[in-house]
Amino acid sequence: MQDFSKFPLEIKGKNRPMVSFKKVRKAYGELVVLDNLDLDVAAGEMVSIIGPSGSGKTTVLRMLMTLEKINDGVIYVDGQPLTHMPKDDKLVWANQRYLRTRRADIGMCFQHFNLFPHMTALENCMEGPVQVLRISKQDARARSEELLEMVGMIDKKDEHPSRLSGGQQQRVAIARALAMRPKVMLFDEVTSALDPEVIGEVTHVIRKLVAAHNLTMLMVTHQMGFARDISDRVCFFYGGQIEEQGPPAELFGNPKKTRTQQFLSAVREAI
Amino acid sequence: MEWKWEFTWEILPRLVVATGNTLVAAGAGYAIAIVLGLVLALAQRAPSRVLTFIVREFVEFIRSTPLILQIFFVFYVAPQFGIRLSPWVSGMIAIGLHYSAYLSEVYRGGIESVAKGQWEAATALNMTALQKYRRIIIPQSIPPALAGMGNYLVGIFKDTPMLSVIGVAELIHTANAIGAEHYRFLEPYTLVGIIFLAISLPAAGFIRLFEIYVRRKIRL
Ligand SMILES: Nc1ncnc2c1ncn2[C@@H]1O[C@H](COP(=O)(O)OP(=O)(O)O)[C@@H](O)[C@H]1O
Ligand SMILES: [Mg+2]
Repeated sequence: MQDFSKFPLEIKGKNRPMVSFKKVRKAYGELVVLDNLDLDVAAGEMVSIIGPSGSGKTTVLRMLMTLEKINDGVIYVDGQPLTHMPKDDKLVWANQRYLRTRRADIGMCFQHFNLFPHMTALENCMEGPVQVLRISKQDARARSEELLEMVGMIDKKDEHPSRLSGGQQQRVAIARALAMRPKVMLFDEVTSALDPEVIGEVTHVIRKLVAAHNLTMLMVTHQMGFARDISDRVCFFYGGQIEEQGPPAELFGNPKKTRTQQFLSAVREAI
Repeated sequence: MEWKWEFTWEILPRLVVATGNTLVAAGAGYAIAIVLGLVLALAQRAPSRVLTFIVREFVEFIRSTPLILQIFFVFYVAPQFGIRLSPWVSGMIAIGLHYSAYLSEVYRGGIESVAKGQWEAATALNMTALQKYRRIIIPQSIPPALAGMGNYLVGIFKDTPMLSVIGVAELIHTANAIGAEHYRFLEPYTLVGIIFLAISLPAAGFIRLFEIYVRRKIRL
């Protein structure tokens, strides 16, 4: 039995981080993917995660979405533990029921969209609100149409995903996630599977979300220019560690660590 | 021995009634198999290791023993445990059980064909396990399962003659009875063959069309 007594039951205070990884460890068998990860994200902050392939970027988001179990440490969202639940004044591993109460705070968009192919764009967006949040169909429809309007997909609301381009599907996927009114949004390389000419329509939507300032966002991306433009902070991952982090101007303009410099110049050369 | 048309017309009504019985037997058995098969498929994915193991072994057992043995078992052995069932009911249960094992494999294949990302998207929407299956996974696993489901529908129809061994008045049983009464087997057996053919062949075609229709309807 692991002892989590060194971790607080909750994080209090007005300025508490919206997301907090504390000493998080993740391994697949022998392969340690993330070790001793500490990362705080403030409410309303946009944090970009960059780094070489296999450095653990996706894993960070998947742990936060509870798609992966962690092996040690605790993740907190909005002050409350996510991976753990309080029991007799101690933290124990969260069970499914507890996870369902906490997961509502988080939404995620995937590299390959993962829209439900048997539903139209509108039905994709209404599914969560109607089935999970149990709001009325009229309200769910109104909310979904508003979001589809915001992402510029209202004209295609009755189309199935197979009739939409990648950029269009990703915009619907963003609307679907937002329809659940999460506090934290996760974007995992949401433009990597797109044709170059449609990347802009997706980044445009994310820019809008950033401008609205009320969502906390973590974004894994290979688009350095975009990350530089919109992030409050950029984290460079290397070998499952945060090798370097800071405001985009600093990290891109004046990287301190050799590995960061090497990575950034390699990326620049590729362009 | 030559074909006698007069005799053919005479026995036809009885065979038509028996055809109805055969279709009812196949339909009822299939209805049981469709529902029970889904239960077996889902139980094999349950979080409980013990349950998964028991269901897996049960499916393997059913699939590796002959249908006729299962029919005898339900009809002759169950009464010794105080469960007395009519030939009809025993027959439906045995054939439904037998095919549920095969259909569970078809469903399992269908469920496994659904991309992992669909499960993850459903989790990201905070769905319960039941909601994931009901709303996301099962609807998508049906189109790939339809061909297999259709094959077993025709299969169950062709296996109904096995029920004649416990006295269900389906086609073979009736043809046997006619043959024994009149000492003529050519016409009844030929007619039964034609009837089976006349139902199986179009049924296979309809199933193909239905499959195409469902694929269009669900996925566009
Ligand atoms: N399900 C898994 N099983 C085993 N290893 C995995 C699994 N998922 C990811 N990994 C490994 O974990 C490491 C980090 O993966 P990931 O977080 O996807 O990296 P990134 O997104 O930065 O490219 C990689 O070495 C990858 O091979
Ligand atoms: Mg990745």
